Amino acid sequence: MPETAMAEAPAKAATGGNILQVRNLEAWYGESHILHGINFDVNAGEVVTLLGRNGAGKTTTLKSIMGIISKRAGSIKFDNQEIIRATSDKIARMGIAFCPEERGIFSSLDVRENLLLPPVVRAGGLPLEQIFDLFPNLKERLRSQGTKLSGGEQQMLAIARILRTGASFLMLDEPTEGLAPVIIQQIGHTIARLKKEGFTILLVEQNFRFASTVADRYYVVEHGKIIDGFSNAELAANMDKLHTYLGV
Amino acid sequence: MQALYAQLLVGLINGSFYALLSLGLAVIFGMLNIINFAHGALYMMGAFVAYFLLNLGGINYWWALLLAPIIVGIFGMILERTMLQWLTGLDHLYGLLLTFGIALIVQGVFQNYFGSSGMPYAIPDQLKGGMNLGFMFLPVYRGWVVIFSLVVCIATWFLIEKTRLGAYLRAATENPTLVRAFGINVPRMITLTYGLGVGLAALAGVLSAPINQVRPLMGADLIIVVFAVVVIGGMGSIMGSIITGFALGVIEGLTKYFYPEASNTVVFVLMVLVLLVKPTGLTGRAA
Repeated sequence: MPETAMAEAPAKAATGGNILQVRNLEAWYGESHILHGINFDVNAGEVVTLLGRNGAGKTTTLKSIMGIISKRAGSIKFDNQEIIRATSDKIARMGIAFCPEERGIFSSLDVRENLLLPPVVRAGGLPLEQIFDLFPNLKERLRSQGTKLSGGEQQMLAIARILRTGASFLMLDEPTEGLAPVIIQQIGHTIARLKKEGFTILLVEQNFRFASTVADRYYVVEHGKIIDGFSNAELAANMDKLHTYLGV
Repeated sequence: MQALYAQLLVGLINGSFYALLSLGLAVIFGMLNIINFAHGALYMMGAFVAYFLLNLGGINYWWALLLAPIIVGIFGMILERTMLQWLTGLDHLYGLLLTFGIALIVQGVFQNYFGSSGMPYAIPDQLKGGMNLGFMFLPVYRGWVVIFSLVVCIATWFLIEKTRLGAYLRAATENPTLVRAFGINVPRMITLTYGLGVGLAALAGVLSAPINQVRPLMGADLIIVVFAVVVIGGMGSIMGSIITGFALGVIEGLTKYFYPEASNTVVFVLMVLVLLVKPTGLTGRAA
């Protein structure tokens, strides 16, 4: 991973201030009640990880914040503005970006088109040179069809394309899923660099080892509720509990 | 030999209308997943709007080429906002039935007021007359229709395949939820796409008015063949629709020369053969 300095960081909320506040969040897929009152906060500049078993409600939480799940209740405040009733395009334009678990690379678009697809929603996004500095592989594959990339390159592309939008709050859903250890390490370095630059990151991960290298705080999700939360400093003391929660 | 060239020209003219109409259908199907059976009625409306503009407003053919697609396109967007948008996520059959119903109502209204006979629409002065090419006589207006249709088809292909707006359209065809989560107002884009597809049908209607006269059922006669063209080319394929439109027009024209009895059925025979060999069409994608 090249360590050249990034350009001026995007305009972000003051470090440490509360940027996302989720209260009593409930969500439904059709008639299925998935989230049963989720409560948590994310401070500006933090990397917060949602942990939990498959089907616990982690991805649904991200999709609810992004407005992708329309049937939801409770309160989600981003930068002190209520967004529970906002549509996903409006939420994106407020500065929240989402990288889905399935990566969402478009097969009818080449790498360049995939990269340039999300519109710039505010000033301060990373210029292309810096994105290529973070992910040099992409520069060599610009004319390739998006879905012809390897799994790791697709994940890089999925993260890269939201970095140029100017969004300061990134939600990454299982970015390491199915990837080789060397690629996981590269993505870990990237997240660490983004954090250093002032991005706020809400991460969903099943790979706890990976999460522990980048996260500041953790929340454990089970049956659509947050059942525990602790900081990285409290991690060692909570390892036994965590193993029980995650069933590892 | 002159008769062969004449049939080839007729084939190219018909191919122009097939291409413009099937292109609109392909754009609409790609984005809305709706098989737009109202397309023939909207094509007819394009011709009628040109007729009204000329006879009620004194607005000539050249302005009608611009205004009729816009007017009918706006009508299409109203249809999409008030009716078609509610079909999102439902089976194709609902869209097909609704648009078929819309086509019957629109055609019925026009038939009620204008009967079934055709009304003449004059060829503009600049495009009257013809050219002797040596091997055949080419009416200028017919040459214009072929060339103009080709230009419009290529421009539409360029818009969709080579521009940023086109990238949004293609991406939204694959995953509208994610495209919206990037900050793009997908519902508005769907409405505009339907307007574009309908506008292309109306444009074909204006081009057709001086050749085929303006009749309430002019679209109903054509739309079945156009659907066969779309099925052969592949639903949702832009270039497939254009190439197949022109190619089938020519094949139909050649059949009229070599075996006239089969000229009305050759397109459908080809459709059956393509469906048997490649059910997604020659250039289409799997559903």
